[in-house]
Amino acid sequence: MTEQRVSYTMDSTLETVDSAEQAASRIAAENGFDEEETMRIAMAVREAAVNAVLHGNAYDPGKKVKLEFERTAQDLVITICDQGKGLDPAAIPDPLAPENLMKTSGRGIFLIRSFMDEVDIQPSPTGTQIKLVKHVHGPTAGT
Amino acid sequence: MTMKTNVRQVNGVTILDCSGRITLGEGSVILRDAVRDLLAKGNKKILLNLADVTYIDSSGIGEMVSAYTTVRNQGGELKLLNLTKKVHDLLQITKLYTVFDVKDDEAAAVKAFN
Repeated sequence: MTEQRVSYTMDSTLETVDSAEQAASRIAAENGFDEEETMRIAMAVREAAVNAVLHGNAYDPGKKVKLEFERTAQDLVITICDQGKGLDPAAIPDPLAPENLMKTSGRGIFLIRSFMDEVDIQPSPTGTQIKLVKHVHGPTAGT
Repeated sequence: MTMKTNVRQVNGVTILDCSGRITLGEGSVILRDAVRDLLAKGNKKILLNLADVTYIDSSGIGEMVSAYTTVRNQGGELKLLNLTKKVHDLLQITKLYTVFDVKDDEAAAVKAFN
């Protein structure tokens, strides 16, 4: 497979969350990931989109979510950007800590980290960029 | 697929059959409303049958935690039945598998309430 990139600019809505998940599922499958890995990638993208729409842009209709998929020789790289105030990953409590186990939120970033090979969160006052990397191990890797 | 629920009564236990996706938005709200409705009607032994739940996200996990806590706070009990591999794995990863009382046999689960 040749290296390629596709990007979407989306509204800050719940529909965007579903669309991002569906796009991730389709692209992961097209890039040779098996059903389980595809589900994990799609869930990571869904959680990142939730963060962007809810916590980043806070459903602001004037703010957009940018979603980009890039297939490099070795990786599927997915970038999600919002236009919010900037997410501080250090401020997110550990959802596995006993005192947080029964909290009803705060597991999104944890799940993203669990499902992807590399996760880089770059907050800024004008938005947050979350970069997700999954190494391609299948028969299409590097082709 | 939209989240759907169906309520059954078996030997004093209320079984809430769930199907579809428990995700941010409609799915989570439907689960929340269903559990609240059961509690309002005095049903405090609730078995959440997740056999046909195809997908759950962090919001859905949070909603299940909320349901568990809400039922317990009202003196009731909530157990989970028939987890799919996806949901099972998610509860393992988030360390919630040991928090919830998880069953894989309906008759045994119903007996466990009594």
